[in-house]
Amino acid sequence: MIQVLSFYIFAALLIASAAMVIFARNPVHSVLWLIVAFFNAAGLMVLIGAEFIAMLLVIVYVGAVAVLFLFVVMMLDIDFAELRAGFVKNVPLGLMLAVVLVAELVLGIGAYRAGAVKLGTPDGAAPVNEVPNIEAIGNLLYSKYIFLFESAGLILLVAMVGAIVLTHRKSYSAKAQNISSQTMRRPQDATRNVNQPVGQGVEL
Amino acid sequence: MDLNTSLFLVRSEAILSFSALALLLLAAWRAEAGRLVSILSVAVLVAAGAYAGHFLFAGTQSLAFSGLYSNDAFANFSKILIYFAAAMSLIIAPPFLEKAAAMRAEYPVLIVLSCVGMGLMVSAADLITLYIGLELLSLSSYVLASFARTDGRSAEAGLKYFVLGALASGILLFGASLIYGFAGSTSFAAISTALDGDISLGLTFGIVFILSGLAFKMSAAPFHMWTPDVYEGAPTPVTGYFASAPKVAATVLMIRVVTEAFGTQVMVWQQIVIVVALMSIIIGAVGAIGQQNLKRLLAYSSINNVGFILIGLAAGTEQGIAAMLVYLVIYVAMTLGSFIVLLQLKGRDGDYKESLGDIAGLSKTRPALAATFAIFMFSLAGIPPLFGFWGKLVVFDAAVAAGLFPLAVIGIAASVIGAFYYLKVVKVMYFDDAVDIIAETDDKTLVWTGGLMALVNSPVGYFSIPVLGLLSAQAAKALF
Repeated sequence: MIQVLSFYIFAALLIASAAMVIFARNPVHSVLWLIVAFFNAAGLMVLIGAEFIAMLLVIVYVGAVAVLFLFVVMMLDIDFAELRAGFVKNVPLGLMLAVVLVAELVLGIGAYRAGAVKLGTPDGAAPVNEVPNIEAIGNLLYSKYIFLFESAGLILLVAMVGAIVLTHRKSYSAKAQNISSQTMRRPQDATRNVNQPVGQGVEL
Repeated sequence: MDLNTSLFLVRSEAILSFSALALLLLAAWRAEAGRLVSILSVAVLVAAGAYAGHFLFAGTQSLAFSGLYSNDAFANFSKILIYFAAAMSLIIAPPFLEKAAAMRAEYPVLIVLSCVGMGLMVSAADLITLYIGLELLSLSSYVLASFARTDGRSAEAGLKYFVLGALASGILLFGASLIYGFAGSTSFAAISTALDGDISLGLTFGIVFILSGLAFKMSAAPFHMWTPDVYEGAPTPVTGYFASAPKVAATVLMIRVVTEAFGTQVMVWQQIVIVVALMSIIIGAVGAIGQQNLKRLLAYSSINNVGFILIGLAAGTEQGIAAMLVYLVIYVAMTLGSFIVLLQLKGRDGDYKESLGDIAGLSKTRPALAATFAIFMFSLAGIPPLFGFWGKLVVFDAAVAAGLFPLAVIGIAASVIGAFYYLKVVKVMYFDDAVDIIAETDDKTLVWTGGLMALVNSPVGYFSIPVLGLLSAQAAKALF
């Protein structure tokens, strides 16, 4: 029962906050609604017993979105004084959202305690739930899919090489000390004897 | 299957990956290691190709890593072709990249890594392998396209390719998840079983999306929009590479997906392939007519050729697929040859020339170069004594044998339109007034490799038909 109730709450809030992402006029608000949407999606994942994916959603997406948020704040011309001006006006809305999130947390934990919703599988067999799903993913990732896992690592390597190739520039303005060339320097390379004739200027 | 056997079967990819890592380290410690790493990379590609050749002749045919990777004659045949094209684009690159101040060690390393991706693509027996291989290739390609980063056109080409390529990957991934959702497995064999009989709308959508994503990678119409811009902007050796190896890999992957995964739904994909083939032939032929830039012209030419290759797939028979492989081999020789000629079009002012007006009257000032280019143009047009004709002949023969008369007739009619612009290039070189701005080629490598490709395309190429026919037939048989 608690699962059905939580499902409808999470799903309704997910759709509502996804709509708010589009309709919010302020880009910063859009990003905040996106975070709410991700939290609700994570709640849905908890309901079907995929706690690992729920965690990934929160860590990766909310984490990445927080970085994105920073970029938005840095790149857009936002008047922060104006934003703060609405603080008192927006307090009730903010409190309400906080209450909703806490309620969701309680519901989510309650639903998780009550066990995952039973899902069908394509061939009709009941899913095997003997190992926690982080262990289950690990078992597959490092045995059956090891080859592809390593290949995916190569993709990340290419991304890294690409980023360096396309952006790294040798800086000519930066000064650095080259100790070996300093100690290799000999007097005969740096000085010369000049038999200076009288009455002429010194030529350097 | 135990891990050791699997590791033995993926040896080509293992050699390439570990060498790429070692070469990257070498490049990190040695400044100006571009040429050295290029030479070593060619050696590595030869070694990987030797293993593929060994597997091809030993007739090894087995799945590695519990059905994710297929090591069969079809994959090994394609790998040899891909490694050859990649090695050629490494050999011809240094003069151009040094001029653009972009001869850095990352160029060969990225090409080697993209070869790992292409190896995964042609050996894919699972949707996940397909996707990882494709992404490894695509990501390296985006970087390679903008490798001459100080050139605005190159940076634009890379960005354009990246944005559109990411969209195409997304479409393909969406299709793959639909297929997985409805079929319950990502393995090609299991998908083929699940797709037997009447299929739901979701699966049809999945098939369409996957084919669209692959058509983008092989630049088949109507997913060809990026091709002329990217080909024009990317450094010329990179364009030559894009037009050869990745195109082979995408085509081979398309063959594998439709025969192994969707083999039970021929009616669904056959009509898509027929439409894509005809559109590519016609758009490739008509679009090239007004082009003044030789790289754009060759881009349309590659779209046109992809259409002819897909005619073999539309036939859907073993003969058709063997014909496609033969066409691919000839196509790689023709395309690489054309780009080697472009690399020799260096003006007296030291800049590379790539416009049609610059080669006016080339036959008077540089007769050998003009003759070489004419051979490639006639061969691309499919004019009989040259080897390009044989590729078109076997493909149309397969289509007719499969009963696709209208397709073959329209294809032949459109190839006449295509012949117009190939002949226009020859006309400009031989009958227009000489502008005489192209300097003597100072790089002997380009002359020799260009001559070699011209020799393959000349009637001498017909001597390779028995070997080529046997190997391609053996490769195609592995799929059925």
